[in-house]
Amino acid sequence: MTQMTQLQSAPMPSAATRLDFLPIAVFAAFAVAPFLASSSGAEGYVLSLLTRVMIFGLAAMSLDLILGYGAMVSFGHAAFFGIGAYAVGILASHGVEDAIIQVPVALAASALFAALTGAVSLRTKGVYFIMITLAFAQMLYFLASSLAAYGGDDGLTLPSRSLVAGSGFLDNDFALYGATLACLLGAYMVSRSIVGSRFGRVLRGTKENAIRMEAIGFQPFHFQLATYVISGMMAGLAGCLLANQAEFVSPAFMTWQRSGELIFMVVLGGLGSLHGAIIGAAAFILLEEFLPEIVHAATFFLNDDLRSRLTENWQMVFGPILILIVLFARGGIMGVLRRGSHG
Amino acid sequence: MASSLLELRSLQKAYGAIRVTDNVNLSVRPGELHAIIGPNGAGKTTLIHQISGILSPDSGQILFDGEDVTHLPMHQRVRRGLARSFQITSILPAFSALENVALAVQARSGSSFRFFGKVAQESSLNEAAMEYLNVVGLGPRARVMAGLLSHGEKRQLELAVGLATQPKLLLLDEPLAGTGHEESLRVIETLKQLKNRITIMLIEHDMDAVFSLADRVSVLVYGRVIATDTPEGIRANEEVRAAYLGEEEIA
Repeated sequence: MTQMTQLQSAPMPSAATRLDFLPIAVFAAFAVAPFLASSSGAEGYVLSLLTRVMIFGLAAMSLDLILGYGAMVSFGHAAFFGIGAYAVGILASHGVEDAIIQVPVALAASALFAALTGAVSLRTKGVYFIMITLAFAQMLYFLASSLAAYGGDDGLTLPSRSLVAGSGFLDNDFALYGATLACLLGAYMVSRSIVGSRFGRVLRGTKENAIRMEAIGFQPFHFQLATYVISGMMAGLAGCLLANQAEFVSPAFMTWQRSGELIFMVVLGGLGSLHGAIIGAAAFILLEEFLPEIVHAATFFLNDDLRSRLTENWQMVFGPILILIVLFARGGIMGVLRRGSHG
Repeated sequence: MASSLLELRSLQKAYGAIRVTDNVNLSVRPGELHAIIGPNGAGKTTLIHQISGILSPDSGQILFDGEDVTHLPMHQRVRRGLARSFQITSILPAFSALENVALAVQARSGSSFRFFGKVAQESSLNEAAMEYLNVVGLGPRARVMAGLLSHGEKRQLELAVGLATQPKLLLLDEPLAGTGHEESLRVIETLKQLKNRITIMLIEHDMDAVFSLADRVSVLVYGRVIATDTPEGIRANEEVRAAYLGEEEIA
């Protein structure tokens, strides 16, 4: 078939090709950053900040998998953060400090929670799905708060970071950074493969038109549930990393505000591109981190009293900035980049 | 094997006091193009929803290929060879025309629980999809986003998707609805080619199309089948004329 050969060699839309370098650039930046950090003089601070960026990037990307590709708006994704973190914290408090046991337990627990809650939640749609995922996450939050043996509301401090096959190399901030980057890259490549696979095409089709998918012989529920489980496991992995980064675990990891922040990161970066969610998470966390200083610098013309009050209440500026970005940058940061590369 | 591919036995469906499907008995023979006509509100779409599995009947039986499918979910009926198109165009707008069809090919060729390997480059899926697009005359538009196709092209695409599920019976719910004159001629031409290959149940308002395509016609009025006959027999039927009086002229 001559038509077919033409078809396969047909070039992709040009904007897509020009943005193909973006994920490579993102990961290259993460790879180079620690070397720059060591020359910055505030090495520990920069490393821990960027480790957090990658951890939240991993969680946001996992959310993008169900939200951006599967159209499942989960408002309880932080629950998986909590499951991953508590798996590390609880096991460590019983003397099981090796990641070789902690991580599989965290992944299995996340998968189980996702399968059970997903099987129930996916029977609902739209706003009901949002509310039911929120309800399940709140259940887990209150459960964690009531675990007196593991610190209850106050959470628990890890005796040390996880060992890896008996070695304590994660105590080094560079090593933890590298391990986090490896997890993020691995999860990205798995996710990228999934969305381009047979499975991913059914998932994307279901997002577009579920009835149509049934009419050609698919049962969307199975595909959505499987995606929900995969996504939950990735977020659980992010939870393991977060516990290690903070060397502390608390119910605050899984508040509904945290779930909301994750949705915000995905929307901020742009739905349905995977690396967009990572960029969104980076933008969110860096903005949160540096906005007080930016506000302070940008208000030089005000008197000292007003200026310090504004800097203290930087969230007053943070909120409106986020709203403006969502309003005027449709498609998030990825949307802006796409339009830019068209022009 | 049964002499009819699809058989409806005493099918009943009511919304409150309104009987939308009233004791419908109908059989579609293998190889024929069986049209269902009737005035607006006669319950044609409700009937097709019950056959395809979107709605379930209150009572009665649906036999497909000798098997009782009355309580099977839609996706299982599709896998048994019962495909449908929708009255309101139902495609995946952000997918290319080729991908819309390739997805239907994928549904019946191997497991879709495969997480690795680029599906867009599976040539067996793409080649089969391309053939179905050529059958309906959309080959040159394969790479176009389905949402950007003209209304008539979308209807052709629906036909291609329906065909790609390799049905024994294709249920077509007003494939000409909303198409322009030129477009409807093209769809009718496609249907003429298809009718020799598969069994089709056609619901259509366009009487010219129905009488030029159908082997047999059933007339549905207020949920009841008042006549099933050849096109000529239907034209001559007094009861049918009465039902259509003031509605529209038959042929």
